[in-house]
Amino acid sequence: MRITVTVDGTTYTDEVEPRKLLVHHLRETIGKTGTVVGCDTSNCGSCTVHLNGQSVKSCSVLAVQADGAEVTTIEGLARDGVLHPVQQAFHDNHALQCGFCTPGMIMQSIDLLADDPDPDEDTVRHGLEGNLCRCTGYQNIVRAVQDAAQKLKPGSHQPVGGQ
Amino acid sequence: MTATAEPEVGKARLRKEDARLITGRTRWTDNLSVPGLLHLAFLRSPVAHAKITSIDVEEARHRPGVIAVFTGRDLAEAQGSLPCAWPITADQKAPTAPSLAVDQVNFAGEAVAVVVARGNAEAHDALEAIEVEYEDLPVVLDMTAAVADGADLVHADLGTNKSAHWVFDSAEAGTGGDVEQAIADAEVLIERTYRQQRLIPAFMEPRSVLVDPTGEQTTVWSATQIPHILRLMLALTTGTPEHKLRVIAPDVGGGFGGKLQVTPEEVVSLVVATRLGKPVKWTETRSESLLSAHHGRDQVQKLTLAARRDGTVTGLKVDLLADMGAYLRLVTPGVPILGAFMFNAIYKFPAYRFACTNVFTNKTPTDAYRGAGRPEATFAIERLMDELAAELGRDPIELREQNWIKHDEFPFTTVCGLEYDTGNYEAATAKAKEMFGYDALRAEQRERRERGDVVQLGIGTSTFTEMCGLAPSRVLGSLSYGAGGWEHAAIRVLPSGKVEVVTGSSAHGQGHETAWSQIVADQLGVPFEDVEVLHGDTQSSPKGLDTYGSRSLTVGAMAVLKAGEKVIRKARRIAAHTMECAEDDLEFSGGKFTVKGTERSTGLTDVALAVFAAHDLPDGVEPSLDSEATFDPDNFSFPHGTHLCAVEVDTETGFVKIRKYVCVDDVGVVVNPIIVEGQVHGGLAQGLAQALYEEAVHDESGTLTTGTLADYLVPSAVDLPHFDTDRTETPSTTNQLGVKGVGEAGTIASTPAVVNAVVDAVRHYGVNDIQMPCTPMRVWTAINGGPTDAGGLGGEAGGGLGSIDTSGGVA
Ligand code: FES
Ligand code: FES
Repeated sequence: MRITVTVDGTTYTDEVEPRKLLVHHLRETIGKTGTVVGCDTSNCGSCTVHLNGQSVKSCSVLAVQADGAEVTTIEGLARDGVLHPVQQAFHDNHALQCGFCTPGMIMQSIDLLADDPDPDEDTVRHGLEGNLCRCTGYQNIVRAVQDAAQKLKPGSHQPVGGQ
Repeated sequence: MTATAEPEVGKARLRKEDARLITGRTRWTDNLSVPGLLHLAFLRSPVAHAKITSIDVEEARHRPGVIAVFTGRDLAEAQGSLPCAWPITADQKAPTAPSLAVDQVNFAGEAVAVVVARGNAEAHDALEAIEVEYEDLPVVLDMTAAVADGADLVHADLGTNKSAHWVFDSAEAGTGGDVEQAIADAEVLIERTYRQQRLIPAFMEPRSVLVDPTGEQTTVWSATQIPHILRLMLALTTGTPEHKLRVIAPDVGGGFGGKLQVTPEEVVSLVVATRLGKPVKWTETRSESLLSAHHGRDQVQKLTLAARRDGTVTGLKVDLLADMGAYLRLVTPGVPILGAFMFNAIYKFPAYRFACTNVFTNKTPTDAYRGAGRPEATFAIERLMDELAAELGRDPIELREQNWIKHDEFPFTTVCGLEYDTGNYEAATAKAKEMFGYDALRAEQRERRERGDVVQLGIGTSTFTEMCGLAPSRVLGSLSYGAGGWEHAAIRVLPSGKVEVVTGSSAHGQGHETAWSQIVADQLGVPFEDVEVLHGDTQSSPKGLDTYGSRSLTVGAMAVLKAGEKVIRKARRIAAHTMECAEDDLEFSGGKFTVKGTERSTGLTDVALAVFAAHDLPDGVEPSLDSEATFDPDNFSFPHGTHLCAVEVDTETGFVKIRKYVCVDDVGVVVNPIIVEGQVHGGLAQGLAQALYEEAVHDESGTLTTGTLADYLVPSAVDLPHFDTDRTETPSTTNQLGVKGVGEAGTIASTPAVVNAVVDAVRHYGVNDIQMPCTPMRVWTAINGGPTDAGGLGGEAGGGLGSIDTSGGVA
């Protein structure tokens, strides 16, 4: 089947097998390296991307289902070399070690902040329940999300992004 | 160049590594490709023990996109036997371990055939077309049964399921007294059998390997912790000349010991790529990973602790059964042996005997997993100390204090013959108690008990030490390990003044690039940003022993420091020559050589440029400003700490909730506090997971019933508490940096702290043991007087050693 997907601002039209998962389309056809596969049961969240602005596990979506959609991956977050505030917060709070879960965690975190711009610790933990990290014990991830929430607040004087 | 006023070491530097990881510009092995790449998929045995009577691959060969299909027999000559580098005894029994099974399978998940296809999906599709006939053999799963007379055998040709029997006896070694005497003289005996359940390392990046044989050298990219060891072992296993192999560990997504391996799939990938003359890649699915990447722990520990009524511990006897699984992988037999030296922990009891039988079963092989041997040992002694405290009606911390090595008694030679260099258990414990609010929580616990609250409070403590920095080569030699424990590094000061650091230590999330840059920036007086750390490629970093056993900083960074010293020495000679003074007249600080008592100086950067130009060098000095060094420690390092955990146990449901977790770790000098804290958090998560969630379970036919991440419960953010962490700092004296190592501390200490807390919460119901993981079912059953091993362990529940009564008891 022929599908057209806009990924990180660029539009791609490709022939795909009906059974192809979005994550494999992103990785194998479009050449994205940030969205990764950590499991085959939709449990780990490593493959999380935004599909029309909502976070999804791209291993549980068929590529054909994304026809006509807008997909954002970790690679499409930074603008003009300036990191997204959530990316910046992960860096600032040492919220990653090996970094394998990180793209999925960041994509999920952005989505959860869209739902609740000022989450308490419990809300963050629940919001990230579907994303597994084996390295960090989550504490710094939770801290990063709350830190990003502060920086994203309207009227916040905290600088966002930039290295 | 300006002198950095503030030292880099000790600074909370944000990590250099993050830039690529948070933007998705990563080089995971599965992200890589080369022209003409083919894909591999493995067919795995669904049965745990069987003869292979036939394999028919004809149909698979004709499936779309399939290039070739190989069985174990097809590759028999080329694949060799997978290496085990640790013969712990001279008579250790080791089966042949083919990468692809030839005529028999010995665990469910063992690979029996491999498909090579143009695409990954095509390779997997073709697996379905392979017909294998199996003739079932009796399945051996339980360690205790496996060593009983007349047991069915995993490897009939070995004639036994016992791989080796290894003993340490302090009386025989001359390091302590006779434990049988201590037991005979004891006023109190605590006898228990604990089970270390089987765990799965479950690194998040599945294993992946890409082999390209089309160049002059064959290049192997692998998600491995051990590129250097892997290169040697692949050469020895397959007969590929070592100088024709280059191994690269690109970005690696976690290891935890699980990627400390020469895997069957790496060997097969190399053999197949070589045979076809084409590049091949294999990336495992998560289910394959859980099934076939090695597992960890899995011991039955039979323990006797001898003590006097006044609380003084007088001896410990340990009898272990350690499950090897079906084969001996790289360091499988040595894992319990590492633990042998840690059962005495921080205590100074005088008599100790450790005996271990390594046992074969029809399960996935075990090998290193975060802490390897030391968590198992620490768990046992810390549980026993709690049981002794309960028996004597003593406060568990106070009882520990009575028995531990006091601050002013260091250096201290233990009953195992190890010399602990430094430690201050008092300081860490006092700080932890204070942060925890120990007395208030104890008061609340009493109050809840008295009022018969449905939710009971339990408090658990764990005081620990570990031997880090594997290891002094001579010690490894004395334990018959096949390699040394040194590490290698090189430093190159480039003509522009930028610095390349090459390290044999290969990172997979530990932040070497940042920490090493901090150390070198201080030492050479160059900006942090001007240091680049190269690792994980046998071409750029030709020598090394890689990353495991919390050895990166204590051994690896020490090698960097040694290389830096040599660079400074050489630069000093050149600086003296250009400034026409004696070398002794030069002081080096902040990146500058200054003639003592004058303003005259030259920077290291100037020297680097002068060396490059080579217009005027002292006689006999080569035009380069670089150096290499190896470091082999004289001793291990011994981090320690005190962890305190409060749990709330719902006595109606058995559900355990961690209410508070406090730990104070002493990891010596801290290079980067945020990295240290991160490592502690991650370690705690894995230790807590052993206590409460994770267990690899097999059914009676040997099938892994926890074969997906839906069944094997890696905790998520909701399952783990907030950790309150802090530190004390007692520098190690076994290395110049004063560092001790941190990667495994959290895992080692936390498991007993949590289980002690759970048992403490319900002890007044007559409970004195709960099998890990302490699931609601097990906790509920224990409260209600049932066997403590209920709750999903199946046929091998509790795994007692025959005659021992697991309900414990006091003589
Ligand atoms: S790969 Fe999609 S959830 Fe694990
Ligand atoms: S940082 Fe390694 S899995 Fe999350």
